[in-house]
Amino acid sequence: MRVSARHATLLLFLAAFAALPLLLPSSFHLRVATLVWIQALAAVGLNLLMGLAGQVSLGHAGFFGIGAYAVALGPRHLGLDPLLSALAGLVLSGLLALLVGRPILRLRGHYLAVATLGLGILVWLVLNSEVALTGGPDGIQVPRLVLFGWRVAGAETWYWITGAVLLLGVWLALNLEDSPLGRALRALHDSEVAARVAGIDVARSKLVVFVMAAIYAALAGSLLGLFNRFVTPQVADFLHSIELVTMVVIGGMGSTLGAIVGAAILTVLPQALTVFHDYEHAVLGLMIILFMIFLRQGIVPGLAALLPRRAVA
Amino acid sequence: MSTPIIEARGVGISFGGVRALDDVSFAARAGEVFSIIGPNGAGKTTLFNIVSGLYRPDSGKVLLAGEDVTALPPHLLAARGLCRTFQNLQIFLRMTVLENVMVGRHLHEERGLIPALLRLPSVLRQNRATRARARELLAFVGLEKRADDPAGALPYGALKRLEIARALAAEPKVLLLDEPAAGCNAVETEEIDRLIVTIAERGVAVVLVEHDMKLVMRISTHILVLNHGRILAEGTPAEVRANPEVVAAYLGRHAAEAAHASG
Amino acid sequence: MDQLLQFVFSGLTVGAVYALVALGFTLIYNASDVINFAQGEFVMLGGMVTVFAHAAGVPLPLAALLAIVVAVATGLAVHRFAIEPARGANAVTLIIITIGASILIRGLAQIMFDKQFHRFPAFSGEDPIAVLGASILPQSLWVLGGAAVIVAALWLFMERTLLGKAVRATAANRLAARLVGIDTTLVLALAFGVSGAIGALAGILVTPITLTSVTVGTLLALKGFAAAMLGGIGNPVGAVAGGLVLGLLEALAAGFLSSTYKDAVAFVVIIAVLFVLPQGLFGKRAVERV
Repeated sequence: MRVSARHATLLLFLAAFAALPLLLPSSFHLRVATLVWIQALAAVGLNLLMGLAGQVSLGHAGFFGIGAYAVALGPRHLGLDPLLSALAGLVLSGLLALLVGRPILRLRGHYLAVATLGLGILVWLVLNSEVALTGGPDGIQVPRLVLFGWRVAGAETWYWITGAVLLLGVWLALNLEDSPLGRALRALHDSEVAARVAGIDVARSKLVVFVMAAIYAALAGSLLGLFNRFVTPQVADFLHSIELVTMVVIGGMGSTLGAIVGAAILTVLPQALTVFHDYEHAVLGLMIILFMIFLRQGIVPGLAALLPRRAVA
Repeated sequence: MSTPIIEARGVGISFGGVRALDDVSFAARAGEVFSIIGPNGAGKTTLFNIVSGLYRPDSGKVLLAGEDVTALPPHLLAARGLCRTFQNLQIFLRMTVLENVMVGRHLHEERGLIPALLRLPSVLRQNRATRARARELLAFVGLEKRADDPAGALPYGALKRLEIARALAAEPKVLLLDEPAAGCNAVETEEIDRLIVTIAERGVAVVLVEHDMKLVMRISTHILVLNHGRILAEGTPAEVRANPEVVAAYLGRHAAEAAHASG
Repeated sequence: MDQLLQFVFSGLTVGAVYALVALGFTLIYNASDVINFAQGEFVMLGGMVTVFAHAAGVPLPLAALLAIVVAVATGLAVHRFAIEPARGANAVTLIIITIGASILIRGLAQIMFDKQFHRFPAFSGEDPIAVLGASILPQSLWVLGGAAVIVAALWLFMERTLLGKAVRATAANRLAARLVGIDTTLVLALAFGVSGAIGALAGILVTPITLTSVTVGTLLALKGFAAAMLGGIGNPVGAVAGGLVLGLLEALAAGFLSSTYKDAVAFVVIIAVLFVLPQGLFGKRAVERV
């Protein structure tokens, strides 16, 4: 039953969220956990698009980049408050998705893949090339977030903030899943033609979820910028888009909990691998291949299949 | 007789220079079982695809409740009360049996994004109502025991009935059924037979494409015979059965002549 | 005018490389519906292995041959160890596997080589030849001629040999091909091997002009993919045409608009084309069957 999968997701996440600060030995580890929450937020949004609606995006880091650069460029060039800048980033990201979404989402399969890929790369190219505006490949500083006079600082603070935002994101995503639109998205994933005949406005449904996924990514980007106090064009590059897609897929397409697990694996592993710095890419590539071959349906659905059916499905 | 609820007037379409349908007209009324038959490649499914808005005809019109709805997209046709099933099943295989039917309720649900995201009580109430209605429909087609199974786990004949339940969930005025009995055994065919009659009795215009002649002759009020994209004959089952052209198209010329000679 | 001609020369040279990468995509796609994002790494291997073998004292032709062997072996390994075990997985999974393979190959290359840009001497000297007021590098002629020879050889192979016909039969209808006794796994392995060779050749031919490093593969793969899509995926003629068109547009945009956004051209073009023609320039328009 989906209802219990919903509760399991919320409970497991809440348990991890509350317990981690007690288990993690240093602020370094808390920082890594914060990065996990941030990437997971983007992955949870992308899972709505990919896992639920079955629409691939190979350029999602572009939206992430827009959010990340909004908190850097808003204060610097427009004198905006970082929080307001983040909001502007969300709006901008959502508007871009709204604008390009309709023609792009008409495409299917590989054509959709290449169009989204192109979109992501274009965003990255602008961020990378407009040196005067963005600082170019060297990146740019982000001012400290000040909330009503409170200077947001410290690993633990950011851990709670990003985790709370993720919790909200997870809750909204789970709510969407169990609604007419959520059912419509899962339906068009399996058969667009049957969905249309059932009265579903397929184009509009895809557009809504595309915009939502873009906003999730932008919010994650803004959080990363504010947390790191620095952004580089790497946040928007192709590799990051692929990492986001991989998080969704290895966690298990269509599983919100899976998106978080996938984000955790892809974020923690490179940190662990810095010991073998030279081998980082090779191991990442190898890991992606092995996961895709041996856990094709993804970690969370794969594990859930081992549990008694009533618990999680 | 009442005015037709669904009507095609002089519909034609070509694919790559081949005239798949030419000047086909028909009209079906509420409560009627209107069957479209013909040999393979006669254009039956193509006609369905035009009527349900998947193809845009080169010529002719489609009228729903007297209004021109030619080439209106399927979801808008559905909103006006036209639903269909598919010859090659189009099931949401990743969803449960119950969820498949719940999707069929889409048009009758409030679909606001904000209430859904915030999981307002109204959304929860609506989910419950949708689920209850879907269960009723599953009971109607005899699948209530399989409600929580993944749709992919159902046998072929059951999937055919699941599609009917999903289409009924939209409360259509016109239901197009594309070979609902194909691949079903005798028992399953009889169940579908009974279902179709019941649906029509409730005032739905059922338009049926079917190969099983016994089924068609038994339940149809009206039959349209297509051959090579054109109308070959039209009439009541008795009239169609007596039409030598129809017999010829189905059995070949010689058999028809033989039947004529002996009869 | 001579400036325009200059851009055309450089555009065709780069375009020929895109065309070869796109051809590699097409070969594998036709044999399996797999989009092989590791295609760009074959080009990288072609250049890098030649560079390092040559630097180690191996004569250039032999170094180039070695590079082709390495790329072919890599292609076969990708097929054997990454694609074959995932048989039957969906398109997204397979795409991610090939991207994983691409990251793995690049990672291994980083360990074996270095992160610097490299080149080796051009095959027939570095002095430009004057043509109609523009100048063209002898190596550009090598690239264009080499690409033409590769395309012609591939065409002959497909049309004239039994194995080539098996590849085409597999592309047309995989099930039917299997039913008439074609070993489709072998055909796919062959497609990976040949794509490796084509990619490596492209890398060897173009390195003296564009230089190479372990990171050149990604962008080449993306642009080759865009070129293949532009031509309508699965269509070899379209792939070559798409590559050349992309190279030309890129050179013209770099010359007349902005060299900063040269890399953007491929993606702007592909998005624009897909908006108007959702099946690519030469793609088949399918009627949805239900």
